[in-house]
Amino acid sequence: MSVLIGSKTSAIFQGFTGSQATMHAEQCIAYGTNIVGGVTPGKGGQEHLDLPVFNSVKDAVSETNANTSVIFVPARFSKAAIIEAAENGIELIICITEGVPVLDMVDVIDVLNHNPHVRLIGPNCPGVITPGEAKLGIMPASIHMKGSVGIVSRSGTLTYEAVNQTTIAGLGQSTCIGIGGDPINGTSFIDCLRMFENDDQTKSIVMVGEIGGTAEEEAAEFIRHNVSKPVVSYIAGVTAPKGKRMGHAGAIISGGKGTAQDKFKALESAGVSVVTDLNLIGSKLTELLK
Amino acid sequence: MNLHEYQSKELFELYNLPVSKRGLITKLSDIDEAIEKIDFSNGCVAKVQAHTGGRGKVGGVQLCKTKEEIEKFVNNWLGKKIVTNQTDDQGLPVNIISIDELASIEAELYMSLIVDRADKCVSMIVSRAGGMNIEEVAETNPEKILKVKFQNGHKIDKDQLLKVCSKLEFNSEQSKQFHEIVEGCKKLFLEKDLSLLEINPLVITSEGDLHCLDAKINVDENALYRQEDILSMRDSSQEDEREYQAKKHDLSYVSLDGNIGCMVNGAGLAMGTMDTIKLYNGEPANFLDVGGTATKERVGEALKLILSDQNVKGILVNIFGGIVRCDLIAQGIIGAINEIEVNVPIVVRLQGNMSNEGKELLNSSGLNVIGEDSLMEASQKIVELVK
Repeated sequence: MSVLIGSKTSAIFQGFTGSQATMHAEQCIAYGTNIVGGVTPGKGGQEHLDLPVFNSVKDAVSETNANTSVIFVPARFSKAAIIEAAENGIELIICITEGVPVLDMVDVIDVLNHNPHVRLIGPNCPGVITPGEAKLGIMPASIHMKGSVGIVSRSGTLTYEAVNQTTIAGLGQSTCIGIGGDPINGTSFIDCLRMFENDDQTKSIVMVGEIGGTAEEEAAEFIRHNVSKPVVSYIAGVTAPKGKRMGHAGAIISGGKGTAQDKFKALESAGVSVVTDLNLIGSKLTELLK
Repeated sequence: MNLHEYQSKELFELYNLPVSKRGLITKLSDIDEAIEKIDFSNGCVAKVQAHTGGRGKVGGVQLCKTKEEIEKFVNNWLGKKIVTNQTDDQGLPVNIISIDELASIEAELYMSLIVDRADKCVSMIVSRAGGMNIEEVAETNPEKILKVKFQNGHKIDKDQLLKVCSKLEFNSEQSKQFHEIVEGCKKLFLEKDLSLLEINPLVITSEGDLHCLDAKINVDENALYRQEDILSMRDSSQEDEREYQAKKHDLSYVSLDGNIGCMVNGAGLAMGTMDTIKLYNGEPANFLDVGGTATKERVGEALKLILSDQNVKGILVNIFGGIVRCDLIAQGIIGAINEIEVNVPIVVRLQGNMSNEGKELLNSSGLNVIGEDSLMEASQKIVELVK
């Protein structure tokens, strides 16, 4: 088993015919992921990448029985796209788009609260991959290897770093989830930790966090009481100055809260193996699993 | 994006929030006209307009009883820089001074609206302990801080608000005023895409009225496309010159104090790279994310930006090629070096998609560029080279 996506996934792309969506859809299809079509309003009835294009999520779901949607629409249309997916039968929504206004996300969360069976990953994330089974996102397939490490991260390229190291270490990954770098997102560290704890294929967990907010501190509390599998964690931003947004909208130390040191402390006290050198994620995990 | 206090107060007025009348001064000859805009019979408060808190502690906020005192204040500050505990050593330029009508103060409260990351909604924070650093109050007297969440379509729970009013010891007239202030703040927050609205202090005047003595607003950068009027309030003189230039090229850049320039794809990895440099006893000069889709042009712009910082003695480029092809990045770096003068060593770590081809290109270019494939070795190398 793995989590979130796998052999039962049947996915559509929203914003399907755009250049980014096209390039990434091609790579997801090449990986063997079951992509069944896409949505671009106004282009319904056409074919794209040999797959049907629909005007709406509703049409796409009724024709294809898709259960998952990957969103590539521009930031200003993302709120509407997520809500459309949530209200029309999609169970898993993965929003890749960066730059969604934070108040739009507050509105999206309201809608998701009324649709508890729907899970949103992101926005501003690289997506999800279950190596050997399905890839829905923008991550490079080549560095992944089917295996036992569950990886969850707020950052894209930093996830690749962790993935690469666990592949080199010969451990491989069960599922890798990028939850996104925005202050408000659909799925938290805790949601992912719970899934990994309950997943047989996952034997250990890597959690990659960064400065800003208190999601890592909350995750530490959860791990203390609910996670039995070994967890290695790295937090980016030890050298980040206060009050400056470090690229990600969510990566900002405000009022002295959200520092890497606070997060290290919380995680260590919860029994997590914290590495301060990002180059040592793989070797730390190998050491723990000996 | 930050606004000046006077700009925030102008927005407050649009939403019927009670603020003091004020006059603005950008040159000495503006003083008479500014005084005419307010009731000056008891004097005024002169305030330096700069994107920082802690202005009062360094004399940037001062009571002025006479026109001469205002002149002295303006002469002291206008065209100078203000350095506070919240700015860097360079400080921020003072181009505008506001003189605000005096308010009589009986009590100082704190109030703010924030995007509440933990509860995923807009929340209001309010406290009887105003006028001071609210983070300190939160540490020392957390029970003095009250929070109200606006949930389910940003609804304000009236019962909860009534309880807050009673805890704040408001009389019925003050409660009514407070309700209006909360409604106005919420409307302003939602309509203008704010990420922070802070009133510190919210005062009770000697007449018993609630009054917003200060106003601080931050706006969500991601929403500026639909906030043209707010965007026109941007004061680039208050932003780091290089950070401002970076934004124009869609690069995410933050200045730091060190001497090793960094160029990385992805925000998380960019932070991780800074941390790695520090771990190997180097000092990063900047945070710079060239984005997931780093192109030759962006790499060139990014290099120029890094080199415009005189402190930079060496550059570390760290690219994890996912979708990005490392050989194209290498070509971009070589092209940029040939175009602009580069007198510092550059270490390039390329990993992932086409990285061997990229390294080959760099190492055979005959330039002062070293290709590496591990971040650890690349960091050690650049730290050694800038010594």
